Amino acid sequence: MATSSERSPPPFPDSEDQDVLDAEEVRGRDSDEDEDLFGSTSTSPVTEMDTTPTSDVSMKPPSDIMNDPLIEPMSSQTGNKPASEPSDDFFDLTNNVSVVAAAATKSDDFVDILGSETGAQRGEVVKADVTVEATIDRSEVTAGVIDPLSQQEAKQTSTAPVIDLSGDSQPVTSKIADPLVALFSDAPPAAEAKKPSSANVDLFDDEEGSDIFAEPLQTKPAKQPQKSLFGEPDEDVFGEPLGAISKKPVPKELKEKSVTTKVTAGGPLQDSKPADIFSQAAASTPSVTSTVNPKTNGVHSEEDGDIFAEATVELSLDSPRNERKKEATAKPSAPAPTSLPAAASLAKPQPPALEELEEEEEEEEEDKFDIFVSVKDPEKIGDGMNAYMAYKVSTQTTLPMFRNKTFTVRRRFSDFLGLYEKLSEKHGPNGFIVPPPPEKSLLGMTKVKVGKEDSSSTDFVERRRGALERYLQRVVNHPSLLQDPDVREFLEREELPRAVSTQALSGAGFLKMINKATDAVSKMTIKMNESDVWFEEKLQEVESADQQFRKLHALVESLVVHRKELSLNTASFAKSAAMLGSAEDNTALSRALSQLAEVEDKMEQLHQEQAASDTFTFAEMIADYIRLLGAVRGSFDHRMKAWQRWQDAQSMLQKKRETEAKLLWANKPDKLQLAKEEIAEWEAKVTQYERDFERVSATVRKEVIRFEREKTKNCKRQVITYLECLLQSQQQLIKYWEAFLPEAKAIA
Amino acid sequence: MMEEVKETASVLSVHDDSIKVTEVLKEGDTLTFIIVSQKLSGTGEYHVDRTYEDFEWLQQHLFSQGDVPGIQGVIFPPLPAKPQVNASPRSIKQLGFLALGECQPYCKALETFLQQVAAHSILSKNKAVEVFLTSSDPPGRQKVKKNIFNRLSQAVEEMRKEGHKDVDEFFQNERDHNLILTGCTKTAAEKFLDVVATEQKIAVACGHFSTALHLCVEPGEDPDKQAFSRVCVKLSEVFESIKKNMTSVAENNVNTLGLGLDLESRYQEAEREMLFRRTCKLVELENAQRNVEKAKPVKKAAMEEVKKAAETEFEHTSGVAKQEIARFQGARVEMLQQALVGWCEKQLLTAKESADQFNQHLEVFRGMA
Repeated sequence: MATSSERSPPPFPDSEDQDVLDAEEVRGRDSDEDEDLFGSTSTSPVTEMDTTPTSDVSMKPPSDIMNDPLIEPMSSQTGNKPASEPSDDFFDLTNNVSVVAAAATKSDDFVDILGSETGAQRGEVVKADVTVEATIDRSEVTAGVIDPLSQQEAKQTSTAPVIDLSGDSQPVTSKIADPLVALFSDAPPAAEAKKPSSANVDLFDDEEGSDIFAEPLQTKPAKQPQKSLFGEPDEDVFGEPLGAISKKPVPKELKEKSVTTKVTAGGPLQDSKPADIFSQAAASTPSVTSTVNPKTNGVHSEEDGDIFAEATVELSLDSPRNERKKEATAKPSAPAPTSLPAAASLAKPQPPALEELEEEEEEEEEDKFDIFVSVKDPEKIGDGMNAYMAYKVSTQTTLPMFRNKTFTVRRRFSDFLGLYEKLSEKHGPNGFIVPPPPEKSLLGMTKVKVGKEDSSSTDFVERRRGALERYLQRVVNHPSLLQDPDVREFLEREELPRAVSTQALSGAGFLKMINKATDAVSKMTIKMNESDVWFEEKLQEVESADQQFRKLHALVESLVVHRKELSLNTASFAKSAAMLGSAEDNTALSRALSQLAEVEDKMEQLHQEQAASDTFTFAEMIADYIRLLGAVRGSFDHRMKAWQRWQDAQSMLQKKRETEAKLLWANKPDKLQLAKEEIAEWEAKVTQYERDFERVSATVRKEVIRFEREKTKNCKRQVITYLECLLQSQQQLIKYWEAFLPEAKAIA
Repeated sequence: MMEEVKETASVLSVHDDSIKVTEVLKEGDTLTFIIVSQKLSGTGEYHVDRTYEDFEWLQQHLFSQGDVPGIQGVIFPPLPAKPQVNASPRSIKQLGFLALGECQPYCKALETFLQQVAAHSILSKNKAVEVFLTSSDPPGRQKVKKNIFNRLSQAVEEMRKEGHKDVDEFFQNERDHNLILTGCTKTAAEKFLDVVATEQKIAVACGHFSTALHLCVEPGEDPDKQAFSRVCVKLSEVFESIKKNMTSVAENNVNTLGLGLDLESRYQEAEREMLFRRTCKLVELENAQRNVEKAKPVKKAAMEEVKKAAETEFEHTSGVAKQEIARFQGARVEMLQQALVGWCEKQLLTAKESADQFNQHLEVFRGMA
């Protein structure tokens, strides 16, 4: 529920407002259901909405914690100085908005504010925005894109599940009412103050980026490009919303009011320090995104998220110059209809991207990812048991989302784990396969800590370094994960706050976690009567693949052990051959034997290299895949959870309906009203959860397909590397033998 | 006695280098070897079946030719240790290279033994050799009587006489050198055996990996899946050829340098035994001399007689030993050279073949991408 309300920004305000109007003015006109829903708005959903965004959506304590600080300044701002500043802004903005709406020339000022605001806003919504310029472009484009989509969505939903639309709009209206009350009543009790303010936050997320921005777009210029983008089917969709928009002078006022309240909260912040917007956004994003994120992908299922991702990727793949040019043209005339064709043409890659969304998404672009991460120079820092390993993380990229082409930071191992935790917390529930880092190894690390410079500890460090490098490369190769601000921060920022609580991931703990996930999955499969054969098959495949990979891993490890043994034995044979040579009387034979010893020494080197090649190309690759398969299972698990939630909501709804029937039978009209409200609420939830489930399913499906494709590609690449290495060592061997043959023949 | 020697010289009716151990038959716990040899007279071959006991019988007969002067100075071709059907780890260790594979190395070693015996100027005159090679009846199925060449008794005596100072500098040097070489060769052979064993393990591991990869193949029409399956199958083939490569490398190692080092090590052992026997004679002679010096006039003549006998025997032995050592040094260098060259050539061939194969695999994989 929260998700959809967050997600649906652009269209709903309008329809909402309209609905409010309708509901208020023509109560009788709407269906009973609708009326009921609106009745319920005033009572339960308000509290519901205020609590759910924090508790329900992310279900994690951090989000609560993070929400609070956010709420605090805002409420203080709204509470303390609403009298003077807001009013100014109010006029300013209304002016601006109206100017924009009239499509007259707008002040640069406004564009800036708008730009930076939406930039920051988008940055949060889209999850990973770096440069303001890029975001402007993108947000414009995306706004254009979202609109029709959500419009369409609104259209579709407006017919069948009216509940949904109204369910979404309800909280907003209530919120609009609430903050206003809060603002004007001026002396709210502490507890109450918090509620509206969190509602305010919602509003803020909801509408700031989209409302201000979407409105001008919608009212006027939007029609043309959208038509061009979407062609026929959308046309009638547009006829309607436009009609609706034109039909709402009053809501607009209402809305503008709400906008002002919002802007007073957000505006001054961004207004006063435009340069800092980015850093602020970056600083706050971890928290904001963690709460916003699950919501961002709300209504339109995750396809929308992809639009963003795709758009970003595509745009950023353009040359920066091109982009700047685009920006130049786009900025002054952003809402103007004339520039939109240009914008559309600049955003050309998008229509195909959209088409892809409809079918299977082609991931050719992935190869274009121009970012390479290397992890180098493992270094032990500190002494004794407090020592840790630090690695140099160097990034090479031409992506414009990064400020530099190359940059290097130092990260310790727990930072890598911390990154994974953040990513999996944010993206795991959405069904993304977050590449897992190597496990903590108590034994290996202790050896390193104790400082024994034996081969096993250097081997361990080297293995881990490689694993970390591959882990990071996988993360940045993932189109959605690359957009995450945490990833960017990890790669770019000089100092990273010390990651805590990575202890949970240590060694056995990690394995346990995986096992637990596996257990949970198997348990839930029994409960879940799988509707989708594809998932059923995939899950089985993943399970068997996991087993096979484990087997392969054991085999390769034993092969590596033998290779190492061979290298050792060759070395000792070389030694004894040298001894034999020195004991030999016959000079030619003695010479040949010492030559033999040298050859064997070289061969030992070859065997060692071969062992390393076995280790790093196969053993480590397979170990990676075992870990990744765990992550795949995790994503299945998340899908299962979404399903479970949906089912729970459904059974709850069933119960509520039964109570209603009972009440109806018992003829208790007073309680009946309450029951109906509850039913409406749960119906909304069921729809929401169902959609969540479908969204997660779609993501998981896409991710698994992507995973498999990557797996094949990666395997092939590794095999080629391995074979090249093998061939090379074989050729080296030939050289050694050829050099030795005349020596052997020279005896006697 | 001389006539007899002449007679026996013509007794051996086969080409010494045509002797082959072609087959080995397993009957319960006993192994029977088929020995084929070309007749000197022209066409035709002798086919005889011999057990290990027959070989032992032959060696005992060679040892116990009391009538041949200086027999003690002969470096007897070493007979490999008794093979075990259900070998214990200890006996495998004792056999070394010969325990590897399907008896081929062992047959090869027996073959070498027979050829060495037949080619030996003194030993080939023994009737037992002819009987062994040509008689269709198995000669040595009866209990062989132990003589002084019994390894056990020798081991006890060794402790006392090994360090005895030699009168002849040549032999003293040879003894010292032999001692070092025996040790070195033995370790080298052992180490090389370790290498081969590990190579075989790698081959096995590659085979397992290859089979396991085959299990990764997923059925289905999905192009992604098929692509992955193809990679798996191909990789499985790659590992199959790695396995083959390793197996042949190991085989080459065994059949050339492995056998060479094994034979060398056993021959060094045999030389040491011969030198030891000579040292025993020397000790005997010195004792006799001392006895003569200390002897009372009454017994002096008898002592002189003993001393004389010992002296002649020692001289014979030393003479034969000198020849044998010279022959042995040449033979072993040649043998080792052959082993090394053969080894090198074979390994080179294998490496080239493997490189070729890997190259093909690599091309296939590049083509897939």
